[in-house]
Amino acid sequence: MTTTYFISNVAPYGNERVDMTLSGGKIAQIVPAGTGTAPEGATTIDASDLIALPGLVDLHTHLREPGREDAETVLTGTRAAAMGGFTAVHAMANTSPVQDTAGVVEQVWRLGKEAGWVDVHPVGAVSVGLAGKQLAELGAMADSRAQVRVFSDDGKCVDDPVLMRRALEYVKAFDGVVSQHAQEPRLTENAQMNEGVVSAEIGLTGWPAVAEESIIARDVLLAEHVGSRVHICHLSTAGSVEIVRWAKQRGINVTAEATPHHLILTDELARGYNPVFKVNPPLRTQNDVDAVRAGLEDGTIDIVATDHAPHTVEDKDCEWNAAAFGMTGLETALPVVHKTMVETGKLSWERVAEVLSTNPARIGRIDTGEFAQGRPLEVGEPANVVLYNPNSPVVVDPRSQLTMSDNTPFAGMELPGRVVATFLRGRATVLGTVPQDGEEGKAAGSELPA
Amino acid sequence: MKHLLNTADLSLDEAILLLDTTAQMAATQSREIKKLPTLRGRTVVNLFFEDSTRTRISFETAAKRLSADVINFSAKGSSVSKGESLKDTALTLDAMGADAVIIRHQASGAPHILAHSGWLDVPVINAGDGTHQHPTQALLDAFTLRRHLGGELVSAGELPSLNNGLGGDLRGRKVAIVGDVLHSRVARSNVYLLHTLGAVVTLVAPPTLVPVGAETWPCEISYNLDEVLRDWQPDAVMMLRIQRERMGSAGGGFFPSPLEYTRKYGLDEKRLGLLQDHAIVLHPGPMNRGLEISARAADSHRSVIVEQVSNGVAVRMAALYLLLAGETHSNDTPAKAGF
Repeated sequence: MTTTYFISNVAPYGNERVDMTLSGGKIAQIVPAGTGTAPEGATTIDASDLIALPGLVDLHTHLREPGREDAETVLTGTRAAAMGGFTAVHAMANTSPVQDTAGVVEQVWRLGKEAGWVDVHPVGAVSVGLAGKQLAELGAMADSRAQVRVFSDDGKCVDDPVLMRRALEYVKAFDGVVSQHAQEPRLTENAQMNEGVVSAEIGLTGWPAVAEESIIARDVLLAEHVGSRVHICHLSTAGSVEIVRWAKQRGINVTAEATPHHLILTDELARGYNPVFKVNPPLRTQNDVDAVRAGLEDGTIDIVATDHAPHTVEDKDCEWNAAAFGMTGLETALPVVHKTMVETGKLSWERVAEVLSTNPARIGRIDTGEFAQGRPLEVGEPANVVLYNPNSPVVVDPRSQLTMSDNTPFAGMELPGRVVATFLRGRATVLGTVPQDGEEGKAAGSELPA
Repeated sequence: MKHLLNTADLSLDEAILLLDTTAQMAATQSREIKKLPTLRGRTVVNLFFEDSTRTRISFETAAKRLSADVINFSAKGSSVSKGESLKDTALTLDAMGADAVIIRHQASGAPHILAHSGWLDVPVINAGDGTHQHPTQALLDAFTLRRHLGGELVSAGELPSLNNGLGGDLRGRKVAIVGDVLHSRVARSNVYLLHTLGAVVTLVAPPTLVPVGAETWPCEISYNLDEVLRDWQPDAVMMLRIQRERMGSAGGGFFPSPLEYTRKYGLDEKRLGLLQDHAIVLHPGPMNRGLEISARAADSHRSVIVEQVSNGVAVRMAALYLLLAGETHSNDTPAKAGF
């Protein structure tokens, strides 16, 4: 079920205002503002306060299902994603059972279809059980209905250099990419937070920057040697930015992501021992935050990905050492990028569309075909659109978010804007800041599972 | 002062008040009847998530000497194991009407969480948390240092009056802290407290046992014990415990062998001989005789290690008194309260 929407006086990419018509799942018409008329039966949206961006694509989401449905499910996580302006998410492989077979990735893919909030693209594990010993059946996952193209042991590093080399080589057969969680395990045994001035003072075991940087350095060289592409998850240090910048100059096929939280928060927040600020890789220093912002600005870092990592209250309401790593992020990603990159003049809205939609879709190889994502806002393209009000400050309240979990690090922080509507192939998943619920929490009017 | 969690939070006035109160408490402990009525009817809970018989007994003794009722709550294992969570433990203690909680925990920050989570609303005393802080240990060390070094310097081996240095600080005194700084809450607590009191601190350790980031602490760092003893001439040397099990941990251990550690960082008679006449030796215990300190050094006339233990009781009495009795009779000094 798709309705026709007439979006009047909207600013695509924050540019000149237009009237935009969504019909038949496509962007049907774009004309200068005030010159369009609503087709018969169309729902008109006055978008005079709003900008339009292509539907956002997250390359790094933890939906927790199967296995930890007490923290999040495919349904609740994708509903939260739609609320954040996303039309596609990549569901990380560290579920239970692990997404390391065609069967499990197809299950997650099917749950996503049934929920209908966003396109769910399962990420396949690189190694069986994330154990780092033996390649998982990458080809079977690629050939499955889930069409997996992104492979990651995220949560764990593929630290064995031979296994990493083999994975980089093997995925070339189906144009896949290995997304590396860069963390040298021996340098980070029992690590709790960034190693530096704060960790020394407050007595938490340090997670040194070199543990991330040494793996990235190794992996870009491996990618060069075997002629593969490699993607770096949640890059967090100034040194990592330097290494990726160097690798790109050298022509190595590397892409990198940063999370919203590494664009804004620092390790100073650990001083209160509130485990909501415990995340992996850890929050770093202001110098690192500045370097990550600069890397995103100059294109060294290709994308922003949320690393949305929901956890139950009991996994966070405890001592720091006992708490789980991770923060939620789907519903705050766009406003945080707005605050840190747009308000500071580092990124235009066109560039925001690149780092949150175009580039992640391209890296995940979901930018073509019937279900293409990350496409430009042009006539004839799939109507994956987010409408955002950049002048509507919101104070983040964990309990009013749609994710099942409350572990947002932004609780109480004022963010400058909010998502007003999200369209997935012409169907509104969010309208007037309200999720469009159908039966049993599924998206209203969603397609039946194929 | 609502809680005692971290020596970095103590102002100079608060630190001196704690030390002066300790002196008054210590004076009562040489009487035939050591028990004071001050905290009669109050309940103090010793909440120990980590074994430490010495510290627990010291707090228990302090509370009992002040006539408080003491409940020992041993809750080994963290919340992730099968045991009760810190939160439920706190709610339970609150429901039982505890008036103060003394907490020892293997996780850095657990006392901070207990004090600030809203789970219970009573004073919290940190009796050692992970590799973070152990404030009463630092206070007893500071009290011991002030007694010996706070006034006219006298030859080591003489025992100055408990009131020596009363009302004063440790301005200009030099203290070397030697050993496993990386894992030591005693070192962290002492660095901040001694700095507040005006003393100058040098940490001495092999580089593997100094945390990255320590360069911002208010102290000097050296890798050479002989040089520090000979050239810097500290007024006191505080030896830290080396845990033998550290040897086999990640990366093949933090130093090659106990023998090499002793050779380079152990305190023995020869090194004691480099010190000035008045210099004293401290150790928080328990000692590894023959590893970080030789038996002769531990038992020498410079050693104040046994005195530290008895000062520990007095310091914990002072902390309990100031946090609990101070609540309702904020203008009372111990003297007015009738000791």
